[in-house]
Amino acid sequence: MITTKGLVKTFKNGDVETQVLKGIDFEVGEGEFIAIMGRSGAGKSTFLYQISLLDDPTAGEIVIDGMEVHMMTPDEKMRFRLSRFGFVFQDYALLPELTALENVALPLLMQGKARGEAYAISTAALERAGLGGRTGNLPSQLSGGEQQRVSIVRAVAHKPKILFADEPTANLDNESSAKIMAIFNDLHKQGQTIIMVTHEEQYAKLAEKIVRLDDGKIVSQQRQGA
Amino acid sequence: MPINVRIGLYLALRQVRRASFWTTGLIIFVMVLTFLNLVVVSGILVGLIQGSIDQVRTKYTSDVIVSALNDKKFIENSPNIIALIKSLPEVEAVTPRYRESGVLEANYKTRKDTDKANTAPGQIAGVDPLAEEAVTGIQKDIVEGSFLAPGDYDQVVLGHYLLKQYVPIETPAFSTLSNVGIGSKIRLKVGDVTREVTVKGILKSKVDEIALRTFMLDTQFRSMIGRSDGNVTEIAIKLKKGADPAAVRDALKLSGVDKNAKVQTYEDAQPKFLKDIVATFGMLGNAFSSIGLVVASITIFIVIFINAITRRKYIGILKGIGIHGRAIEFSYVFQSIFYALFGSAIGLALVYGFLVPSFAAHPIDFPFSDGILVAPLGQTFIRVGLLVGATLIAGYIPAWMIIRKNTLDSILGRN
Repeated sequence: MITTKGLVKTFKNGDVETQVLKGIDFEVGEGEFIAIMGRSGAGKSTFLYQISLLDDPTAGEIVIDGMEVHMMTPDEKMRFRLSRFGFVFQDYALLPELTALENVALPLLMQGKARGEAYAISTAALERAGLGGRTGNLPSQLSGGEQQRVSIVRAVAHKPKILFADEPTANLDNESSAKIMAIFNDLHKQGQTIIMVTHEEQYAKLAEKIVRLDDGKIVSQQRQGA
Repeated sequence: MPINVRIGLYLALRQVRRASFWTTGLIIFVMVLTFLNLVVVSGILVGLIQGSIDQVRTKYTSDVIVSALNDKKFIENSPNIIALIKSLPEVEAVTPRYRESGVLEANYKTRKDTDKANTAPGQIAGVDPLAEEAVTGIQKDIVEGSFLAPGDYDQVVLGHYLLKQYVPIETPAFSTLSNVGIGSKIRLKVGDVTREVTVKGILKSKVDEIALRTFMLDTQFRSMIGRSDGNVTEIAIKLKKGADPAAVRDALKLSGVDKNAKVQTYEDAQPKFLKDIVATFGMLGNAFSSIGLVVASITIFIVIFINAITRRKYIGILKGIGIHGRAIEFSYVFQSIFYALFGSAIGLALVYGFLVPSFAAHPIDFPFSDGILVAPLGQTFIRVGLLVGATLIAGYIPAWMIIRKNTLDSILGRN
């Protein structure tokens, strides 16, 4: 489903060049739940941004469903993200002036769905996530855990092929984190492909495979229960 | 509706609705001030002259004026022309006037032979007070004494420019009468005829033609200038409400009146310099308005730029989850348009609901005119269009600047 070959990312700051990813070869199959781990500065988030098309690699190839997505124009990447990806960010990344319902409905509206249909899908998805009573609330009126749940609902409401999550529990307490991971687990059981960056071992263990990065390279790929 | 426009509108409506009341209020307040600057400054500049033009029309020429040809002292065949004018269905009232140049003298009783005579030159007008009241109503401008009445004999009304107490100017080119008030005896000299008359009233007007005139009953003035044929110097014509002065002028010309007289609408009779001043003031007003427009554009630019900069992370997130940059640009453009339209709507209500009626009821008392606010609807809407256009561009540019930045840099707040 996703294949990377020799993926390199170099950041330039004046004359100083820092190579953060040093030629990563990686593969994810459909329906897999991957946890990417590593110490700070290992390049795990940078790697996630490259394969989720939020950033452009310096060198290397990214192939998704047979398409060489690294060759796409920014517009094509944007459309690709909208139709196939869902994103969950560490700090929830909800739009502050939109209600929970409107935040979830926005990608659906952008896909061309009528407002009634988009709102119906979003309401049902929020209810399934236990947020039925919070649809009209602005993000500022929700707890951190609730905001992250809304963020997950927004990420999956349009049924993306791949869900990317960047440290989704980093800002949450244990109870909320457990709820979030339970949702991820349920989504995985329903066949959702998930690629999650985390530094918390206990949550990484819920994934099918843990990929460890160090100094811009994959140092281990460990399948759970194998 | 294209999807990017639809999403842009969706985002803009929610951003405006849920924005801080005070921030939105302040932006709209700036828009209202800009609108007023665009419309009112030029409107008052033009209105300054328009007030003067309106007064000349009301107090002197009325809607149409028929006057003697340049090489004639009177309008030949006046009685028939007056009869023809009165027969036109559009005509409400007519005032024929006799007019001659003359000299007024004040101190002839007290001055010694070696003293200089206190004289003032001016136009002497013979009028029918009832006809004049029906057309110009200059009786209302009397500030001392009273206007002429049928049956008055050897009585005159003086325009205030003829009296020193009203125009205390000492220049060789301009002389006035001193110590003349109601009941004063003065000498009136027209051609070779001199007559002693009594001042019955003083009339104050911002129309030079009135302020420099001496009014006398037409019956008496006619005998003074030896005119017995009924030929007058000018005929001011007041039309019924809604009648077109140009149509009446053309009808009179078609009837051959222009062979014996000049036939002009109140606009035709305006001196060229007045038209030039109107155009110049209009240009000045536009120049001031343009500065206001630039200031408003910069204000909106700064507001939208700060808004977009502080929301850069969210713009990145929107792009990250697949919202097209164009849709985000539209959201900022729609917000700018909302501010401009809302500000203009309040401005329009203020101008047409309050300022125009207020200026009409209480004109600004300029020395040479009663300044009103001129704000023709067509021109005002052009200015609204300009404001919306300038605001739209001022809103688009900062949004475009922020949106074109790298999506991930925006999300992570990297420069």
